[in-house]
Amino acid sequence: MLEVRIHGRGGQGAVTAANLLAAAALRDGKSGVQAFPHFGGERRGAPVTSFVRISADDVRLRSRVYHPDIVVVLDRQTLESIDVTAGLAEGGTIVLNSRKQPTEFEFSDRYRVAVVDAAGISIAHKLLVSGIPALNTPMLGAVVRLTEEVSLDALLAAIRGQWKGSAGEANAEAAREAYDRLEVNR
Amino acid sequence: MTLMFDVGNKVAAKAVQMCKPEVIAAYPITPQTVIVEELARFVENGELDAEYLCVESEHSVMAATCAAASMGVRTFTATSSQGLAFMHEMLHWAGLSRLPIVMINVNRTLGPGWSLWPDETDSMAQRDTGWIQFFVSSAQEAFDTVILAFRLAEHHEVQLPVLISYSAFTISHTMMPVEIPEQDDVDAFLPPFKPYWRLDWRNPVTFGNVLSDEYHMEKRYTMHLGMEAAKRLIPDLGREYEQRFGRYHGGLIEEYRTDDADYVLLAMASVGSEAKVAVDNLREQGHRVGLARLRVVRPYPDEDLRRIGRKRKLIALDRNISVGSGGWMYHETRSAVMGVEGCDVYGYLCGVGGRDVTYEDIEQMALKVFTGDARPDVVEWWDLKQTGGN
Repeated sequence: MLEVRIHGRGGQGAVTAANLLAAAALRDGKSGVQAFPHFGGERRGAPVTSFVRISADDVRLRSRVYHPDIVVVLDRQTLESIDVTAGLAEGGTIVLNSRKQPTEFEFSDRYRVAVVDAAGISIAHKLLVSGIPALNTPMLGAVVRLTEEVSLDALLAAIRGQWKGSAGEANAEAAREAYDRLEVNR
Repeated sequence: MTLMFDVGNKVAAKAVQMCKPEVIAAYPITPQTVIVEELARFVENGELDAEYLCVESEHSVMAATCAAASMGVRTFTATSSQGLAFMHEMLHWAGLSRLPIVMINVNRTLGPGWSLWPDETDSMAQRDTGWIQFFVSSAQEAFDTVILAFRLAEHHEVQLPVLISYSAFTISHTMMPVEIPEQDDVDAFLPPFKPYWRLDWRNPVTFGNVLSDEYHMEKRYTMHLGMEAAKRLIPDLGREYEQRFGRYHGGLIEEYRTDDADYVLLAMASVGSEAKVAVDNLREQGHRVGLARLRVVRPYPDEDLRRIGRKRKLIALDRNISVGSGGWMYHETRSAVMGVEGCDVYGYLCGVGGRDVTYEDIEQMALKVFTGDARPDVVEWWDLKQTGGN
């Protein structure tokens, strides 16, 4: 079973990101998929965590993900307030929205660190929601590059299923660009 | 059959739509709101031909629902936590009037302190209102149980309202794939509601009138008979459902790997699903342990538990608390298995107030019983932080 934890802030699309990744896995024939958020009573701007489980069999776990295989960080400022590596086994994967090099993080030695300028890609594709760049679809393009469990084609289909017409195309293009531009430290 | 991939609340709303209720009264409360919003959308776009009443409170929701059900129409509503508590008086009315209302309660911790996360105390506080109570552990089970619940509630031997509870967020806001049957099959399993009695000017009856002590005990007794009939009908209807739809979630209890077990965990709602993973892991370590997932706690499955408890240690994992007493399953199971040969009941209060309960927690709680470090007469608060007294 693949377990993913996504860190973001309310409004950045962390919940939709989890749902889309699970929907893509379902399209790839994984029958056990689960996507869910954890947030407080607060909303827009507050830290949000969402989770995805992907398995060949029914998922029976109902607790939150404490031992992720992949951690996705939509908002780099999260690094200042939350230990995004919590529960991540040595050698696990962290995907960040950042313009830094994957070797520049204090945890770069311990983990497979992948970076992509998701904000830049989002702005280039005009994926603005209330003036804020949506980060979820480019970040998911990066994620599927790092796992065998979900294909890029399934992700693009799930994105086009979520948004019809030009919005779906723009999000799909952003995901593909992030997939191509991803940089990894190992 | 189609595959739906959405959050538990939308899956449950889809099941309700396919059951064709004629009246829905609604008042929003997190984390239930998505259910009644989705039903409003179905009514608005013509996918559901129902009278949709936006009323001013949960108390009014149940008053309106009781009134509609008294007219002999199929009714549904949903609520959560404080909303369910606010209905309390009218819940007794629904039960005593033998109204086959179906309601979903998304278990949410009662406040204050204000909270959104799952705890079953809201449902527990309605134990004595005469409602049949299901707890489900997946979106698929929620879907299937809604359809079964209308059939059960409307059965002339039962005629009692049904409450279906599931956990806030871990079911209500979690996306999981669910099989949706064809409408024709749902219609065949659940024909239109034929009330045993209803308010009808052509056949006048009194309703809610004075009932003296001469008859009130008998009224309660017939409700009790309705509950006893439900004990028999829930497994039967479940098997009939399985024949048509191919899924069976259990009778009053779903037993998991109990055959040769020395220890049996008792759990319900989402903890009842998580516990299967713990059982598998403990089995791999050589422990003979199984799970009894209680799907129905009103009527309480006394007979099943007496059978399961014989020469076994039962470990109740309660995510609910009657302060000053203890957990629902612990106390009622102890009462049920009184005198059963070789049966001890151990109790844990875990996840009370919505704290997460992981398979690792469950394994640790079970191991403490296996190693003799827990006592059957002392309920342990699991993962309790140091407090400063009162």
